[in-house]
Amino acid sequence: MDTFSQWTIPLVILVIILWAAAKRVPMYESFVTGAKEGFDVAIMIIPYLVAILFVIKVFTASGLFDDMKLAGVWMLTQAGLEQYAETLDLMPLALTRPLSGGGARGILAELFDTHGPDSFLGKTGSLLMGSTETTFYVLSVYFGAVQIKKVRHTLSACLIADISGIIAAIVLGYFLFGG
Amino acid sequence: MLNKIWFWLLLVGILYGFGKSAMLSLQGDPKITSAQLSTTAPLSTTAPLSTTAPASESVQPLAESPPASSAVDTAPDLLPANSPFRAAGKAMTDAALDAATLSVELCIGLIGVMALWLGMLNIAREAGLVDALAHLLRPLMRWLFPEVPDGHPAQGAMLMNIAANMLGLDNAATPFGLKAMRELQTLNPTKDTATNAMATFLAINTSNVTLVPISIIGLRVAADSTNAAEPLAGMLITTSITTVVAIVAVRTLSKRPRYAMPDAVADSVADSLPDQKPQTDQ
Repeated sequence: MDTFSQWTIPLVILVIILWAAAKRVPMYESFVTGAKEGFDVAIMIIPYLVAILFVIKVFTASGLFDDMKLAGVWMLTQAGLEQYAETLDLMPLALTRPLSGGGARGILAELFDTHGPDSFLGKTGSLLMGSTETTFYVLSVYFGAVQIKKVRHTLSACLIADISGIIAAIVLGYFLFGG
Repeated sequence: MLNKIWFWLLLVGILYGFGKSAMLSLQGDPKITSAQLSTTAPLSTTAPLSTTAPASESVQPLAESPPASSAVDTAPDLLPANSPFRAAGKAMTDAALDAATLSVELCIGLIGVMALWLGMLNIAREAGLVDALAHLLRPLMRWLFPEVPDGHPAQGAMLMNIAANMLGLDNAATPFGLKAMRELQTLNPTKDTATNAMATFLAINTSNVTLVPISIIGLRVAADSTNAAEPLAGMLITTSITTVVAIVAVRTLSKRPRYAMPDAVADSVADSLPDQKPQTDQ
């Protein structure tokens, strides 16, 4: 599987240039024309990225994530559900994931370090990471690139999908990897 | 919506950091605080939460910035001078400034990848490869994006984005996705409002079926996992569920009045599009 993914980009490039050669497309000029667009797009997303990363960093720095987890553990303990309290260690990951891919990656790496990648939490955390997406980042970058300000139902639909992904990952995690 | 979230995250974050560190500074006997700091283990369910909670709270903001945390590590008795209140303020200032620098660095790093993939995409487009791919998947795309005419460049870009996302090529997917958004924008009657096609595209994009999550596998391998690919099958199941949920959600929500397009122009365009399809078909 990994070999397959390693070879994906070279193979895609190979298919493109072979097809282009068959169609006698002037490849070099064509490439340069397309590449010029890349510069504009990358520069245009800077203000949107600054806006979103700045909020995420400040919010994380306040320590609110960790305090919410402590409160959750306490509540589950009061309710006599301590055996499920373990999943609360995934809460910072679940909350960070829609906001920041880099942040979530850091939290996942930390989770592997504390509990081990092959522990229940390590495997369920991986599943959670793969089941959700950096929704706010994607939305801000993609809508930012075309200067759209009213997103209508996009955010709600994406968040519903993310929540279903989080629930599916935790349920499936208990099912596949044992609680 | 993003406006509100932006505001509330900032407000809650700053006020919480302010309030918490102020409380710690005012009430805290520094010696007790530092003792608790040093004994607070990584959070576990068995820890006596009621006593460690206030202490471990202050660990987080301190750990965010190297200068502040090093002060705590080296000398616990420095804490009175370096109060939690001051450290938290510094941590949040650093976080804000770091974010600004980081995002520019990210974008500069992105220029090369964007140029490479848009260059390749341009070759593929001029060679008719993308059209051929889009032609194959046209029934699916027509069902998902009834507003996008057949053969429109947006179709090809969206397809390439979804395919790259499936293979876990996040960096490769972004240029295609941004290209798709620009093409969808040309079909947009109200330029500051998202169309149904954009909403559907982003819902699919953010809930994508993952075949090869390269970054997660990489992290697992780096952490000495004995079976790094173990959660892959589970991810296939969960992402299939989320994709279905996303499509159903975006379809259902688009019909709600509060998410309606701003004016009647949008409706008339949406109505007239199915008639245009045969004309734009090549």
